[in-house]
Amino acid sequence: MQRFIFLRVIQSIVAILVISAVVFALARVTGDPVAILLPEDAPDTVVEQVREKWGLDQPIYIQYARYIGNFVTGDFGEAWAYGGVPITELIASRLPNTVMLAAFAWIVSAAIALPIGVMVAVKKDSAFDWAGKVVALIGQSAPSFAIGLILMWVFAVILGWLPTSGNDDGFKSIILPGVALGYYNVAAVMRLTRSSMLEVLDTEYVKLARIKGMPEWKVIWKHCFRNALIVPFTYMGLIGAVLLTGSVVIETVFVWPGLGDLAIDAIRNRDFPVIQSIVILFAACYIFINLLVDVMYAYLNPRIRY
Amino acid sequence: MTTPTATPVAAEPTADAGAFPRRGKFGQVVFHVRQYPIIPLIILLVMLIIPALFANLIAPHDPVDVNLRDRLMPPAWMEGGSWQYVLGTDRQGFDILSRIIHGARISLSISLLAIALGGGVGTVLGLLAAYGGGWVDNLIMRIVDIKLAFPSILLALVLVAVSGPGFQTVVLVIALLLWARFARMVRGEALAIKQQDFIARAQVAGASPVRIMMRHIFPNVVNTVVVLATLEVGHVIILESTLSFLGAGLVKPTPAWGLMVADGRALIVTAWWLFFFPTMAIVLTVLSMNLLGDWLRDRLDPKLRNV
Repeated sequence: MQRFIFLRVIQSIVAILVISAVVFALARVTGDPVAILLPEDAPDTVVEQVREKWGLDQPIYIQYARYIGNFVTGDFGEAWAYGGVPITELIASRLPNTVMLAAFAWIVSAAIALPIGVMVAVKKDSAFDWAGKVVALIGQSAPSFAIGLILMWVFAVILGWLPTSGNDDGFKSIILPGVALGYYNVAAVMRLTRSSMLEVLDTEYVKLARIKGMPEWKVIWKHCFRNALIVPFTYMGLIGAVLLTGSVVIETVFVWPGLGDLAIDAIRNRDFPVIQSIVILFAACYIFINLLVDVMYAYLNPRIRY
Repeated sequence: MTTPTATPVAAEPTADAGAFPRRGKFGQVVFHVRQYPIIPLIILLVMLIIPALFANLIAPHDPVDVNLRDRLMPPAWMEGGSWQYVLGTDRQGFDILSRIIHGARISLSISLLAIALGGGVGTVLGLLAAYGGGWVDNLIMRIVDIKLAFPSILLALVLVAVSGPGFQTVVLVIALLLWARFARMVRGEALAIKQQDFIARAQVAGASPVRIMMRHIFPNVVNTVVVLATLEVGHVIILESTLSFLGAGLVKPTPAWGLMVADGRALIVTAWWLFFFPTMAIVLTVLSMNLLGDWLRDRLDPKLRNV
């Protein structure tokens, strides 16, 4: 067990290092950043000064080592396009919005998917079950921006209940982006809950509970649901990572001032220090959550060993 | 097919293989419709394949023909609409219907090219990893692990930011996102096949490694590759339209569905038809492609069910 965790941790660290190196290298391949920073007719002395200021006169591996060293201490460098604002500040101002959105979407997907998944399993093959399948299928076939836009159109434009975009309206403004972000996972969690419920419903102890004359709701919610919860719950952990990256698209749709929105902005401005920092941060979160889930899974299911 | 003992994995423990399927009435109807994917096939033909092949013949207008007099016309059945532009026009006076029809060509060609490229590379690497074993296997699979650990939309965004948007970039980037799943799947299948007698006999008979991989192992994994490729088409269409929507895919005025949706997003309050019809085109196409892929998987390769 300890060996497994140790190996997974090492593997994750290597993955983060490789990814950051790749992103760092990619950002440099595009050519001299100074050319983007300065007007074409800038005098040579100014160019030299800027190179020195950003550390661009050093060999690339020293630049990378320096960058990683600063990154670990929480210093992400300065943004080019935002007038030299420290990226750490930029990210700190956006991060709470993204985390809030992802957390809301997480709660939404759990609150919708788990009960529906159970009901659909109990009423297997009824019209209700098929309706659930259709909802799940649409969830997997529609890109998240499509879901977001259709929700926006119906609830904000036609019905006028909720704001179309931004985050100025408090709780009201988080509903649409949250639901749109969570929807994709609703489908997946629902399917998982359904199949693991079906498995549990088929076991001997559930039959015994029924034979004892236990009321059906108690059988389902007390005996089955708790046991069936393990699989979807593990998956819900993994979803945290998916939600984080999914927020890139949803934040663009709803002009939600989070990290994803910032990333897209930075890409449009070709502001590589910002892109680099956000991507490495997201990738690190993604890998860290995957690691957590793997370790948790190994605890829950001792048959899994590497 | 692969091993004589291989049995299809049942999706649900209570699923019936016996003589008395326990289905509700509604389930029975759906079951029979699902025997053959007729509806998805029709939708696919109408939405994707026919428009893609004959876009020039059936599109009523040139998709990039600027017509400033007829800007922002609503669909024909609404007030102010005209049958000249059945689904209305956008800000430049482009005909929405014609752009959707031409967009099908773009979606289809990007998916075919990207899947051919990514699937091809992935399959070859998967075969190499399985048959080569040792450090080759280790190297390839570690790269796969790292690739799968990276959130794909972010990787795509970074790559497009670096190399600039456009058709070729999108194809390359998507292929780069796809190959790892093919490699992993093909490797798994090929490892099982490698253990079988006929491979050992081919080796004894003096067949070269390339010949064994191509003539003896590959034909046994081709079903998996085909099923995976079909299942990925929907995924690729979503990726491509998402990239275009984010402004990191194709560039204006290409009639790509994702670009049209992005364009319509700004005018969602006043001109809903701009975003609605291309969105529907994407959803319907991907939906029917997924249904077709599921059906093909159940027919050709039930083992993939848990993927």
